[in-house]
Amino acid sequence: MLSYTETIREIAGRLLTSGAVEMVIGFRKGTVPMMNEPHFAKTPAHAQALVWDSHCGINLANYLTDRKEKIGIVAKGCDSRNIVTHIIENKIKREQLVVIGVPCLGMVDKRKIAMKCPGEITEVIEDEGSVTATGSGFSQRFEKKDVLQHNCSLCIHRNPVIHDELVAEPVAEQQGVDRYADVRSLDAMSPEQRWKYVEDLLSPCVRCYACRNACPLCYCPTCFVDEARPQWVGKGLDPQDVRTFHFLRAYHCAGRCTDCGACERACPVGINMRVFTKKLEKDCLDLFGWEAGLSIDVRPPLDTYRPQDPNDFIK
Amino acid sequence: MKMITIPKKEWPAGLAKAAGSFRLFGPVKEKEFHSFKRLDNGQLPDFSFLNTRLSPKHLVYPQSEVMLTYSLDESRADHHIMKETAADTTPRAVLGIRPCDAKAFVLVRMNFDTPDYQDPYWLRAYESTTFVGLGCESPCSSCFCTTAGCGPFHEEGLDVLLADAGDHFLANVLTEKGAAWVAAGGWTQTADAKAGERLAAMRKAAEAKITSEVQTKNLNAAETTGLYNASFWEEVSFACINCGTCTYSCPTCWCFDIQDETRGKSGVRMRHWDSCMYPLFTLHGTGHNPRGTKLHRVRQRFMHKLKYFVDKYDRGIQCVGCGRCVRLCPVNIDIRRVCGMMNSLAASGEACAID
Amino acid sequence: MQNPYLPYPVRIDKIAVETEDKNLKTFTFSFLNPEDETRFAYKAGQFAELSVTGQGEIPIGIASSPTEKGFVMFTVNKVGRVSSFLHAMKPGDIMGIRGPMGNWYPWEKMQGKNVVIIGGGFAFTTLRSSIVYMLQPENRKNFGEIHVIYGARSPGMLLYREELAAWERRDDIHMHITVDATSDPNWKYNVGFVPAITEKKAPPAGNDTYAIVCGPPIMIKFTQPVLDRLGYAHGQIIMSLENRMKCGIGMCGRCNIGKEFVCKDGPVFTLEQLNKTPREY
Repeated sequence: MLSYTETIREIAGRLLTSGAVEMVIGFRKGTVPMMNEPHFAKTPAHAQALVWDSHCGINLANYLTDRKEKIGIVAKGCDSRNIVTHIIENKIKREQLVVIGVPCLGMVDKRKIAMKCPGEITEVIEDEGSVTATGSGFSQRFEKKDVLQHNCSLCIHRNPVIHDELVAEPVAEQQGVDRYADVRSLDAMSPEQRWKYVEDLLSPCVRCYACRNACPLCYCPTCFVDEARPQWVGKGLDPQDVRTFHFLRAYHCAGRCTDCGACERACPVGINMRVFTKKLEKDCLDLFGWEAGLSIDVRPPLDTYRPQDPNDFIK
Repeated sequence: MKMITIPKKEWPAGLAKAAGSFRLFGPVKEKEFHSFKRLDNGQLPDFSFLNTRLSPKHLVYPQSEVMLTYSLDESRADHHIMKETAADTTPRAVLGIRPCDAKAFVLVRMNFDTPDYQDPYWLRAYESTTFVGLGCESPCSSCFCTTAGCGPFHEEGLDVLLADAGDHFLANVLTEKGAAWVAAGGWTQTADAKAGERLAAMRKAAEAKITSEVQTKNLNAAETTGLYNASFWEEVSFACINCGTCTYSCPTCWCFDIQDETRGKSGVRMRHWDSCMYPLFTLHGTGHNPRGTKLHRVRQRFMHKLKYFVDKYDRGIQCVGCGRCVRLCPVNIDIRRVCGMMNSLAASGEACAID
Repeated sequence: MQNPYLPYPVRIDKIAVETEDKNLKTFTFSFLNPEDETRFAYKAGQFAELSVTGQGEIPIGIASSPTEKGFVMFTVNKVGRVSSFLHAMKPGDIMGIRGPMGNWYPWEKMQGKNVVIIGGGFAFTTLRSSIVYMLQPENRKNFGEIHVIYGARSPGMLLYREELAAWERRDDIHMHITVDATSDPNWKYNVGFVPAITEKKAPPAGNDTYAIVCGPPIMIKFTQPVLDRLGYAHGQIIMSLENRMKCGIGMCGRCNIGKEFVCKDGPVFTLEQLNKTPREY
């Protein structure tokens, strides 16, 4: 994936020079290890700052919502599915976009790497298959496949489902992936065990809403947690309110979430809240045969009625 | 004041003694990172950390705090009348707080303790707390405390400064409160005459390891509206997702919301941390929002920290260089970069002082 | 340490519907503890946080004058959660008031000066406080000519209509009441927007004349150039701002414009001060 940088710069420069787009949204190199900053280029010169590596886990589709310009957008597999969802939900028009598709080999999880290192990591370099983290008195090499973000290790849509440009040949999709092992283990718990598991999971939450704001799906002008008339949810750390926020947000993403992992990546306190959206993703698959964001021509199940929709839950 | 030597083999027993008259708090590792927590009986603070993930401000200023209580039950004589809650002001000691976080409290105090108004909740909690700091021998690469008004062995805001000297701590007792805490632990061994020099050497060595810095010298004289109208805010704010990560992890951020929460016929008026990053923060009842765009809000945060605070209090920037926002921002917006941009703009003459 | 978050308990004594659309009501309160009224000693221009138990608080300008004893009065617009709940309350209900807060119109500087009050819509509340204060016999002699230019969309939207009429009949104050438009054939006063009436009726500028301007952003936007044309110095144009507030005491951090807290360093600012701050209000 490291060769993608040159290609992205070339494509972006070309699109800006020709005037096909007014801006290109991608990443520029971050100021701390394993981070990149979402960045827009409006001139071919600025396009030379764009980079691509295994630390591009933030979902750039998040930056398209309600924009009016013609935009070139760098999109890996999951990002492209969110672009599809955005188009279906009228948050951006297809004609506005030049999708610069990135066949993705997976993003690296900086938390996993940090946990395996004995001290502060001051530099991370990567080659095609590995990542080396260096700090004071240590240097550790990891196989990328061992330190991928959890969602990337389970990914079955690495290639963009929609694109106008492709920065490389499509990559092979992973086969035989069990996406729902964690959902099944949660389902297998007793209610008390599951309650305790969720309590523990959400105990560090500080209601910063990084998960919500990093998510391309969360674009409501007033989020339900901010409503005052009536006020649905308290704004503090009462565990009941924290749970309500997380559960209800997951439900609002049901049938739409592409498991891009931006939420977990954004969380400053390391909460693995994808268990909730994964559960609902599995339900949508089981009930409706549905995977989100694969085609702009198919409407999602939660806004379509078919006579054969399951209704045995109506008692 | 004076310097004490605390042999590490006397540390646990001394803490157990101190626990008799202080509620002890210290860094504890849970799952992936350290946080400041109440120490159980016999639990030692875990000093094998660079700094806690989130700042210790929650010890003095909890994220959700009950201020007043009320009853809506009209059969009571005091119905609808707000009442103060009793506060727990039994003495507390926070062990292992880093000098940057301790200095942060000094800056935050300027907000909560003014000639016209004093915030009783913050002040009671702060004044009943003894701060036993731990000097940073290995500052992080994202720490820039030395150019943000403090440093790895800075003493402002601390009652005792501990320095890890291998088999013992050197404890620089800075205040009466610090002396009381040392006495409560029963550590009485005065340090030798050279201890001061050794501490100074440790300070110097630590300061030399700081690799990150901010440039602030032009901010004071800069003209506010010049910085405000700078053209770089669009680029700076683009990546921001307007979450509360920077504000909640920052030891010098203090904004809060006030909410009434009722259950049945009784309720509480609470305050919760709030963030200038949220759209709701400045939304008027009429729907007008003076900071209705992301650019406005991102600009507000940096202008407040690096300019408005500088002008209002004349104590330097509202930042202690702890680096948390830099490490935790999900999209890597870096205050060091922005400060540099503001400082350079101020120097270039486009935003120059007017009196 | 006095707790600045603890409201004084008050009782609603009277509720009067001010405007024909019923969105503005004037509430008259008395303090349950008489000594709280002494502690609440305020000056014209200040505001208070009206605390509705279980709902929240709203920052509202004090409409009564410090010369009026035994009660405090506020006129509240129904815009959101707390104001709507307040509008549905009844005389006899108990709630709370915190304050007084903010700074006040610069009465010390305006001693011996002419005062021109320009108000629009329901921003007239603290201006009523100011007029009643100045017209008090012991205060009136401390001021020169007093002009009041006050306008609303229609006659039924003017606040304090009976008092306006009474002031109109006095000879120690010049009233220029106006409405944007009216179909009432008996309307005796001006018809026209506040900026236009200001241009026609405001006294000439001078070192001895101060203008206090209080109104919706649109009125201010068009009135300020008029005052510029008439030659009013920016240091002598006094404005009162609004912003979203919670604590009202300069601590929760949300109401700032630049380094000024509207709740504590304001809400009263001169235009000269505002010109140096970011236009974030």
